[in-house]
Amino acid sequence: MGTALDIKIKRANKVYHAGEVLSGVVVISSKDSVQHQGVSLTMEGTVNLQLSAKSVGVFEAFYNSVKPIQIINSTIEMVKPGKFPSGKTEIPFEFPLHLKGNKVLYETYHGVFVNIQYTLRCDMKRSLLAKDLTKTCEFIVHSAKGKFTPSPVDFTITPETLQNVKERALLPKFLLRGHLNSTNCVITQPLTGELVVESSEAAIRSVELQLVRVETCGCAEGYARDATEIQNIQIADGDVCRGLSVPIYMVFPRLFTCPTLETTNFKVEFEVNIVVLLHPDHLITENFPLKLCRI
Amino acid sequence: MAVFPWHSRNRNYKAEFASCRLEAVPLEFGDYHPLKPITVTESKTKKVNRKGSTSSTSSSSSSSVVDPLSSVLDGTDPLSMFAATADPAALAAAMDSSRRKRDRDDNSVVGSDFEPWTNKRGEILARYTTTEKLSINLFMGSEKGKAGTATLAMSEKVRTRLEELDDFEEGSQKELLNLTQQDYVNRIEELNQSLKDAWASDQKVKALKIVIQCSKLLSDTSVIQFYPSKFVLITDILDTFGKLVYERIFSMCVDSRSVLPDHFSPENANDTAKETCLNWFFKIASIRELIPRFYVEASILKCNKFLSKTGISECLPRLTCMIRGIGDPLVSVYARAYLCRVGMEVAPHLKETLNKNFFDFLLTFKQIHGDTVQNQLVVQGVELPSYLPLYPPAMDWIFQCISYHAPEALLTEMMERCKKLGNNALLLNSVMSAFRAEFIATRSMDFIGMIKECDESGFPKHLLFRSLGLNLALADPPESDRLQILNEAWKVITKLKNPQDYINCAEVWVEYTCKHFTKREVNTVLADVIKHMTPDRAFEDSYPQLQLIIKKVIAHFHDFSVLFSVEKFLPFLDMFQKESVRVEVCKCIMDAFIKHQQEPTKDPVILNALLHVCKTMHDSVNALTLEDEKRMLSYLINGFIKMVSFGRDFEQQLSFYVESRSMFCNLEPVLVQLIHACVAYCFITIPSLAGIFTRLNLYLHSGQVALANQCLSQADAFFKAAISLVPEVPKMINIDGKMRPSESFLLEFLCNFFSTLLIVPDHPEHGVLFLVRELLNVIQDYTWEDNSDEKIRIYTCVLHLLSAMSQETYLYHIDKVDSNDSLYGGDSKFLAENNKLCETVMAQILEHLKTLAKDEALKRQSSLGLSFFNSILAHGDLRNNKLNQLSVNLWHLAQRHGCADTRTMVKTLEYIKKQSKQPDMTHLTELALRLPLQTRT
Repeated sequence: MGTALDIKIKRANKVYHAGEVLSGVVVISSKDSVQHQGVSLTMEGTVNLQLSAKSVGVFEAFYNSVKPIQIINSTIEMVKPGKFPSGKTEIPFEFPLHLKGNKVLYETYHGVFVNIQYTLRCDMKRSLLAKDLTKTCEFIVHSAKGKFTPSPVDFTITPETLQNVKERALLPKFLLRGHLNSTNCVITQPLTGELVVESSEAAIRSVELQLVRVETCGCAEGYARDATEIQNIQIADGDVCRGLSVPIYMVFPRLFTCPTLETTNFKVEFEVNIVVLLHPDHLITENFPLKLCRI
Repeated sequence: MAVFPWHSRNRNYKAEFASCRLEAVPLEFGDYHPLKPITVTESKTKKVNRKGSTSSTSSSSSSSVVDPLSSVLDGTDPLSMFAATADPAALAAAMDSSRRKRDRDDNSVVGSDFEPWTNKRGEILARYTTTEKLSINLFMGSEKGKAGTATLAMSEKVRTRLEELDDFEEGSQKELLNLTQQDYVNRIEELNQSLKDAWASDQKVKALKIVIQCSKLLSDTSVIQFYPSKFVLITDILDTFGKLVYERIFSMCVDSRSVLPDHFSPENANDTAKETCLNWFFKIASIRELIPRFYVEASILKCNKFLSKTGISECLPRLTCMIRGIGDPLVSVYARAYLCRVGMEVAPHLKETLNKNFFDFLLTFKQIHGDTVQNQLVVQGVELPSYLPLYPPAMDWIFQCISYHAPEALLTEMMERCKKLGNNALLLNSVMSAFRAEFIATRSMDFIGMIKECDESGFPKHLLFRSLGLNLALADPPESDRLQILNEAWKVITKLKNPQDYINCAEVWVEYTCKHFTKREVNTVLADVIKHMTPDRAFEDSYPQLQLIIKKVIAHFHDFSVLFSVEKFLPFLDMFQKESVRVEVCKCIMDAFIKHQQEPTKDPVILNALLHVCKTMHDSVNALTLEDEKRMLSYLINGFIKMVSFGRDFEQQLSFYVESRSMFCNLEPVLVQLIHACVAYCFITIPSLAGIFTRLNLYLHSGQVALANQCLSQADAFFKAAISLVPEVPKMINIDGKMRPSESFLLEFLCNFFSTLLIVPDHPEHGVLFLVRELLNVIQDYTWEDNSDEKIRIYTCVLHLLSAMSQETYLYHIDKVDSNDSLYGGDSKFLAENNKLCETVMAQILEHLKTLAKDEALKRQSSLGLSFFNSILAHGDLRNNKLNQLSVNLWHLAQRHGCADTRTMVKTLEYIKKQSKQPDMTHLTELALRLPLQTRT
């Protein structure tokens, strides 16, 4: 029965950069010969912006989602109407990733309110009786290389350094020292640093690194800025040894992070929180804005 | 003269037997009968009127299924012995380790002298157990349709995968409470299986989830006594996972064209493989919790090989640092152990990481005595002395990895670092158990000093002495220190109050004592053990250790006369009061005796002690004893009996056998052994006798006895001896002071001999009927009296024997001995051979009859002719014309010169007529008509 349509992208990791040529094959496999009204291939890149319910209300969020911004869109006709023989047919294709005008090829990013996605879609039109066949396939774009300058940060956390404390007197005494090797991070390199519990009256339950995305969408009503957690990585579990440095180490997840991005319509930024949980129930957070780049 | 072929008559012995029997006359009720009070209403008199039926079956007593001659095979064969000792787990471990070894071959840095983890595994599982209830806190994945998923259509596959993902959400986590240890182990095993299943059915996500959930269990330190075992169980799963991932990625690199070599470089791996590999690492890097993230990453450490050359060497230090984040010292030390284990397997050349782990551990060592741990122990109700021994498996492993082929300087440095820390008993212990034994042994005195200084309340001291003892068993301390070491150590050991602690320690030190000292010191040690273990029957709980002590002692004292002169050895044996254990111990002793005793012995001390030991083994046999067990015991006892020799003192030897027989009557193979011994005894004793006929008859009897006991080769030997003795029989022998011709005695003996030969089976390596042939040769060569017909009479008897031999079933048998009838099964070749012999014999007889045609010999000719006639009548098949004619001729010959006794002739004729009335014998009627009776005129 089935006619299967598949897109195979040449690079195993499906990663391409602006100016490169995206190449691959469309594979049509069928037991019988296939009659068709033409096969076309579309490459599309869009930025989808979603307004958060928090900033504009539920209904508006649902209806008023901002119109997607198209970055790139091109279609080619691969095969004219005709017939594929039975078996497997491979049709190679090539798409140059060139942009018109001053548009920029943003890096692929999957967020909550901002999504930057690139897809290849192959359509096979068929006669009235048979349904059209479609296959979509995502490919990944890495943005152009930026500049990287290390910016180490040392920090000390004590009850005194904390803001937002209701009753400072109830806090147990502690002294945490540490440093981040750089808050400017290369996206392919992990975030690194060290944390030393010099002293703490209360036993430590856990130390975690919380990676946060801050997405800002501009729209007619102004703009919405939302911070959400991407991932939470525990770096210490239990009452760690005093005076012994615990490594801070976090790999930036692919797709969910991209180089820090700022455009007229939207912004994507990242932050890391160092969260220390003390017995019985104290939560201490120290925030560090990050600047991600790709080199 | 024409050659007469022989055709023996087919005999139905049963029918003949029945017809010869007296008819039973029923006794009327009132009739007098002398035996009446005891009676029996029916009486049968058995009377067999047959020549050559001397019973030799009477003494068939012992019977055994196995061939008694093959005493070599008596013990359990090596295969089943192997199977018996190796339990499935050990076997699996052995296989496992061999696999590991193969895996390890590609980096030959780790040799076979490195004790692999698999060895430790079982030990840990056996040692760290709990009776407390455990709990597993993890998701319960959907169990449905696992097998089928591989073949599901694409859309369905996606759907099941989505369902699964739903299942794994936080909400579906279940906590299993109140599990017993066994339940727990089963659960983990199930998880291991479902991991494999998930992998096989291409559910990689599920597999990863399982592994994460499992490694999460390692952060849970409730029921802390079980933690080491839990570690073992769960790291097994991790190993499985690591292997699966590695193999899968490896298989992606293998395309049809080329197979990736073992030492591949990252460039050889293709992009898809690399991408998959990266995916795994990214996925793992995003695991929320520290401990699962650490363990899962460590488990697939080897996969770094696909990504970059330096991957592993970069990863290891990072993972080492990561462990610093683990607060619980026990959890962290086990994490270190796991990392070292993986590191040794994947990259044994990266020693730096190992050292870093060690020094990091030392830095956190003080935490063991910190408040958090103390509080936890209070909550769980665990004392420090039982908490600290949870560390050694992990520490030993780390120490062992580091010290493997490590330079002396590093070891010394490690020692010094350990020394500096307080409360270092734990460290000391691991140093002793992991470092090279030689290193420890040369510093024994230092160690004893350090052990003495250790804090009483912490790590138990007896464990320290035990570890030291283990080292000294492997390596020798300096000559000058040896006695002092023993004294110092034993001074502490003997003060241990708890018998369990004591025996665990003493057991180890016995080896050292046996190795370096004489029986006097061993005796002292044994006495001390007895003294400690006797009160309150403490020995009952320590049989395994006591058994080990015995094993060590006998391993070092190969001279059993010395061993038994150790005064306390036998009293020590008396401590084994549980029968099964005692028998085990006895078996060990006998095993050692058989192995090490080179010379036969008659030392009364050894004999007494070992008889006692053997008796213990023998007495354990009962109706329920397994056949294998019996064989084993018999093998051991036989081994002992074989080693006992009193040299020329046969009486002593015999009395030893008699004693043995009365002791070991329940074990058949032993009795067989004794019979062998006695038979051998007979064989060597008989030649010393003077009377030639006594000798002949004894040979015959001994042969019969041997045959009755299925000692076939011995029987053959006896018969051969008898045959070779026949030519030596003198013509005249002295009987009661008078010289008499010996021929009649010889005739009698030979007839007797023939009837035995009927049932002697042929030797497979000699020709058919070789004994009979040999005997015939001897008879042929024997110098007979000139005027005697004994030779012919003997030939006639031989004819009878051969006819009996050609029957389908012989007249009599020996139980469990297959005679020629069943061996040849009436094979035509055998029968032909037999008939050929008969012809030769007949030719001889007829030849002789011819020579008697002179006047003075006519009477002899007549009587011999008649006797030959009778033989043919009884054994020959007279339906054969030639034989028929021959018999008629003989009849005439007997009567020719009027020398025949008419009455005999008449009776013979009557007999023939009577026989002819029987079915199958009708042809005799015709014969009778051809046999005229000659009147004496």
